[in-house]
Amino acid sequence: MAERADPVLPVRTGLRRAEAASAAQAGWPRLPVLRRMAAMPLRDPFAFTGLLIYLLFVLVALFADQLAPLDPLEILFTKAGKLAANVPPGLDFPLGTTNLGRDIYAQLVHGTRSALAVGLSAAIIVAIVGTVVGLVAGYFGGMVDAVLMRIADMALSLPFLPFVIVLTGFLGASTSNIVFAVALLLWPNSARVIRSQVLTLRERAYVEAARVTGASSWRILFVHIAPNILPLSFVYAAIAIGWAIITEASVSFLGFGDSESVSWGYMLQDAFSSQALSRGQYAWFVPPGVCIILVVVAGFFISRGYEEVFMPRLRGR
Amino acid sequence: MATLVELRDVVKHFPVARSLGEVVRGEHPAVHALDGVSFDVGSGDAVAIVGESGCGKTTLGRLMLKLVEPTAGSIAFDGAPLAGLAGEGLRAFRRQAQLVFQNPFDALNPRFTIYRAVAEPLLNAGIDKAEHLDRVAAAFRRVHLPDLDRYLDKYPHQLSGGQLQRVVLARALVLAPRFLVADEPVSMLDVSVRAGILALMREVRDTMGLSAVYISHDLALVRYLCERTLVMYLGCIVEDGPTEEIVRRPRHPYSQALVAAVPVPDADQSRAPLPISGNVPDAREPPSGCRFRDRCPRAMARCAEETPVLRSIADGHRVACHLDLA
Amino acid sequence: MILEVDGLKIHYSTRAGAVRAVDGASFAVPQGRIVGLVGESGCGKTTAVRAIMGVLAENGRRAGGRVVFKGQAIDEATTRKLLWRDIAYVPQSAMSSLDPVYTVGAQLVEVLTKRGNASRSAARARAAELFDLVGLSESRLADYPHQFSGGMRQRAAIAMALALKPSLLLADEPVTALDVIVQRQILDMLRTLQQRLRLSMVLVTHDISVVAYLCDDVVVMYAGQVIESGPVREVLARPRHPYTMGLRNAFPDLMSDALELVPIGGSPPDLSDPPPGCRFAPRCPFVLAACTTSAALMAGGGKQAHASACLRDDEALSLRKAAMDPATWQRSSNFAMS
Repeated sequence: MAERADPVLPVRTGLRRAEAASAAQAGWPRLPVLRRMAAMPLRDPFAFTGLLIYLLFVLVALFADQLAPLDPLEILFTKAGKLAANVPPGLDFPLGTTNLGRDIYAQLVHGTRSALAVGLSAAIIVAIVGTVVGLVAGYFGGMVDAVLMRIADMALSLPFLPFVIVLTGFLGASTSNIVFAVALLLWPNSARVIRSQVLTLRERAYVEAARVTGASSWRILFVHIAPNILPLSFVYAAIAIGWAIITEASVSFLGFGDSESVSWGYMLQDAFSSQALSRGQYAWFVPPGVCIILVVVAGFFISRGYEEVFMPRLRGR
Repeated sequence: MATLVELRDVVKHFPVARSLGEVVRGEHPAVHALDGVSFDVGSGDAVAIVGESGCGKTTLGRLMLKLVEPTAGSIAFDGAPLAGLAGEGLRAFRRQAQLVFQNPFDALNPRFTIYRAVAEPLLNAGIDKAEHLDRVAAAFRRVHLPDLDRYLDKYPHQLSGGQLQRVVLARALVLAPRFLVADEPVSMLDVSVRAGILALMREVRDTMGLSAVYISHDLALVRYLCERTLVMYLGCIVEDGPTEEIVRRPRHPYSQALVAAVPVPDADQSRAPLPISGNVPDAREPPSGCRFRDRCPRAMARCAEETPVLRSIADGHRVACHLDLA
Repeated sequence: MILEVDGLKIHYSTRAGAVRAVDGASFAVPQGRIVGLVGESGCGKTTAVRAIMGVLAENGRRAGGRVVFKGQAIDEATTRKLLWRDIAYVPQSAMSSLDPVYTVGAQLVEVLTKRGNASRSAARARAAELFDLVGLSESRLADYPHQFSGGMRQRAAIAMALALKPSLLLADEPVTALDVIVQRQILDMLRTLQQRLRLSMVLVTHDISVVAYLCDDVVVMYAGQVIESGPVREVLARPRHPYTMGLRNAFPDLMSDALELVPIGGSPPDLSDPPPGCRFAPRCPFVLAACTTSAALMAGGGKQAHASACLRDDEALSLRKAAMDPATWQRSSNFAMS
């Protein structure tokens, strides 16, 4: 029963301390939570690595045309006029070519665009929908809460991959449909966690104070409660990026993906069906696999960092 | 003197989660937070509501500010029933009735600067932005926080408890309300700071002509602020009268026990055993008749059968007890 | 003296530097007496008691001074052995530190068997005895903590502390979170226990009314230092240190006729960088130039019955008279805003 106390912080006494005063100075971003969120990667080496990886891929996606001028789907021929199929990695083709004569390196680089598009759009949808639903359900409670949470429960009970496949089967196998399907299944997680956080925040004295001073419910929701929820939204957004990319890769690998665009999953499926593994053509399937791993892991590192922004007690002292 | 706030037979029950047996039997257990409370607050009055935890005083405070709706009974502010208020009427009410919180560290949004926190009521009331700074400055002057610039862009965690409570008070006063409810306004502050805040509240009340209700468990403190005190027990008012009378000559047996239990800074104070026994009963199943009867040293048979009503025993002094206490 | 604390210094290492939470505190607990350790938040009273028990937070360490228990100097290592056996501690959150998944009886029995080496049956009998001692019905041994009210949980916590028959009980704010009637019942119980078991007690609190009610002696702390100590009657009726005088004015007395509460302006100093000299100087209405440069020592080296750490200790009588006038405190209020 007589356990050790929590580590003690300097007792608050009301005399201004120099560091606290300078932190309050107007600087951008003004909102302390945004400032903490922006500063987080600087403190967490994992999140920093994740951020670097993202940055790298974003740059690759932006400059894909300059980095890999060849069309990824263009079938190439050797100087002799024969199909440049399964050419081993060399000066002309850094990663070699596929069995249909397409440049693997070009596919990898252009595939980045597809991956990031999928990841980011899914993340944005999940963040927005999950946050709004969580806020509304948590704050207003009652019937609204019950209905929204039952919808969330239904979405959560659907098997992930089969559902995505079936939906793209119905709507057509395009990248945007895959993103839509992924977002549809991922928002409930963030909505539920955000909702429970809102339930706690709703009882705080300053929220009651806002009500007493005449603030409307919407104002309370977006001015008092939402800023405290933002780091959580980021956590789930970062997780969603990884999930979306993996799902897209899985769907493409299974052959249900978008055949118009080149994605890493498409590359894996292509390599698999041409028996690249048994032929030992590692340069074809290892790079896209590694890229998927890197992006997803980066997403998790960043989400872990934001968890600590949100719950400072997780931070080691 | 005009009546500002009027409560009539206010009842508040909080339903509790039911067990399967209770659902099957059709029972609806509830916590009886308030059971038939009636009193008036006149314009310019300072009324204290004292009682121990579970007596319903906090719930009563919230009901008077329309933060919670009563299960039954009526509450009227300046003649208008609170139940019907909505839209502009509700906003007008909110401008006139404010709350001072117990925990100053929690009553302010940690992400708002002090200025923003105090100006927020002005924003909600639709006051022109050009006037904000002046009105905030006036509120700060009232709470004796000089040098507005020192505090404007600070965050709550940078101020001491005493300063923060002054800020909370400033926020409550910035719209010049007519009615203030203070819920344990100093219980979380250090002793040497409390006196300052209490003195400030007394001064503010005098200069602004506010009507105020102070909710506290500390009888010794309310003496300094309120001429009138309501003593509550398990959701009912047991005594309502001048504070000095209640402290010097408490009539209701519960008031007597309460007053006897308060320690004073005097080494020679009385240590006689308290005229009370047992523990506070469960608010889900309050005793029949008088709620205090199973702890009362002078309970009679009548106390179990008939609930005593508040009756006047002297001018401005009511007691709810079957005993002859005049 | 069952416990003597001599020049105790406790420092916490934080990101903002070392916080000198206790800076040279000395006091003594006579055998069989109840000593009240009183002061406001941040004065170091809880830290001092935790240090005596050896349950300081990880970033705290003893930076000087000694603690002598029953004639033997103790430090963290030795205290842990004495824990619950000879010295018992009821921490501030005792009410909420009962394990919610075990019955209260089971937790009591565990203390008795694990730390006390009693057999299970002997432990059960003793548990019933302990409950009786603290005024709890034996049938409640089988209940879980959440079935107990706040007051009952506090009694259970005290029962656990007394399980192994300690000679010294350290209680940190044992009645602060309780309603006034329950508070009075617990205080009465503590007094009865102290008499029956011939316990010595240290009661840490911020409430001098509680100290006046229960304690025989009082030690007043401010900003990590002991500034006055002596018998309760003496210190309350004839305080010698300006802080105690001010504290007395700031406490409302239900029974007095005076209806004036006089605040002490300003706030306690930052303990990571305390001012030189007397720590109360910035708020003191009787401050002299010398007060800000040299710290006063307890008159009589703390061994005198009623001692205070004030340079103007010999003028105590006239200072007391001035302290009763609210105007004295308003002057110092004006430049130090709380």
